[in-house]
Amino acid sequence: MSHYLLSVVYPADGVPPSPEELQEITGRVEAFKDELKAAGAWVFAGGLHDPDAATVVRVEGNEVLTADGPFVETKEQLGGLNIIEAPDLDAALRWAEKASRATGTPIEVRPFQWASL
Amino acid sequence: MSASYTDEISRVFREESGLAVAALMRAFGDLDVAEEAVQEAFVVASRRWPATGVPPNPGGWITTTARRRAIDRLRREALRDDRHAEAARLRAEPDPPTGAPMPDDRLRLIFTCCHPSLAVPARVALTLRMVGGLQTGEIARAFLVTEPTMAQRLVRAKRKIRAANIPYRVPDEEELSDRLSGVLGVLYLVFNEGYLAASGEGLVRDHLSAEAIRLARLLVGRLPDEPEVLGLLGLMVLSEARRAARTTDDGSLVPLREQDRSLWDPRLIAEGQALVRECLRRDRPGPYQIQAAINAVHTDARTAVVTDWRQILALYDQQMAMAPTPVVALNRAVALAEVRGPAPALDAVEALGLEDYHLFHATRADLLRRLGRDAGAARAYERAYRLATNAAERRFLEQRARELPEAP
Repeated sequence: MSHYLLSVVYPADGVPPSPEELQEITGRVEAFKDELKAAGAWVFAGGLHDPDAATVVRVEGNEVLTADGPFVETKEQLGGLNIIEAPDLDAALRWAEKASRATGTPIEVRPFQWASL
Repeated sequence: MSASYTDEISRVFREESGLAVAALMRAFGDLDVAEEAVQEAFVVASRRWPATGVPPNPGGWITTTARRRAIDRLRREALRDDRHAEAARLRAEPDPPTGAPMPDDRLRLIFTCCHPSLAVPARVALTLRMVGGLQTGEIARAFLVTEPTMAQRLVRAKRKIRAANIPYRVPDEEELSDRLSGVLGVLYLVFNEGYLAASGEGLVRDHLSAEAIRLARLLVGRLPDEPEVLGLLGLMVLSEARRAARTTDDGSLVPLREQDRSLWDPRLIAEGQALVRECLRRDRPGPYQIQAAINAVHTDARTAVVTDWRQILALYDQQMAMAPTPVVALNRAVALAEVRGPAPALDAVEALGLEDYHLFHATRADLLRRLGRDAGAARAYERAYRLATNAAERRFLEQRARELPEAP
């Protein structure tokens, strides 16, 4: 078994969905999560607040620097994540396809080097 | 070591190393381990075989020796680095006395190397290296990149296979046709690299075509019910059959209609035509099968003038209905010119507007020349010449332009 991070990639200049659309997406994402759990592939999932809610902490020498905003300013942003367990990449890619259908966004699949669960 | 032994070991390496790597990949699940062990086994062979003679089953000997080497190495590393995972895998693995490859090992390896999560250049390089047994330097020269670049590409791809846990298996029935088309694409790319591009080293490139055909035969053997696999092999052997007639001694291109057909290889033509008949019998056409059929019609004609262009045009129409691409449309226009004359063909070509494609201008130039519009033809040859990258093609275009009567 391997562990994979399925990142929800929020596209550049993404128009926020309307409340009705959002409700539909939330329904699909919940169904996806249920399917993951039923298959025993679910590890963790979460949606993130906007990047401007982020804070970066950095230690330089003895000083702790705290900065407002995301670490990198990019057009695409991480919007949420799923961590799954799958026998191999093909299985992970099938979950990513389902996740992409549910969220309507691209999904990046990235293997974990190690994981402590 | 005598030269004959060197040749013999090279031949065995070419034919057997892919199978041995595939068998070891199944046993150890790691391409690096598999590849290094197989190379070590060949080093042992090159020392031992000159004295003992080549064993009756050289491939089996290589696989068994490589397997022992890999186990030794992993045991050493398990002791040194405390790599429990490998040690556990070894303990779990029953020790087959022969280390014999399974029939589908090489097929599994092809699907792993051509996995859609790898970039196409990485798929091509991995397939040639792992399945075809080509050296990194050979692949680098064939694709006109430096050896360190190619080595880096291979290292990165192998790392991804391991890190992402790309499976070592033939895809399930439902996925097979999707995944197979990617594999066929890689093989066709390898073939064409050896067939069309006359720049670079001739021998290395001939070898790429031969390798693509060998791998396609392997696929046909393992997937005999997939007509597109038959189609691709048919397309390749029918193209390969014409190789000797395609260039003159000085490396200039000879167009199909001017080729000396006595130089075509009758054995490959017979094989290709049998494959096309086999495809027709199955009646599940696809783009490779149709291209193979077009080539079969060309090779049917004893002279260029008796070519059945109507049938070729019908086949292009079928391909346009199935996979309409501008390049197919351009080739269809060439057939249209033979059936209905250069004027309607020119209209069809000009509607395509493939301004950046040298063959668009070359085809236009030829049609304009046949319509007697020499000034336009000269300009089109000039544009084709500027866009062509291949030296033989450029010489051909230059020659054609020179043959035009002086424009008024």
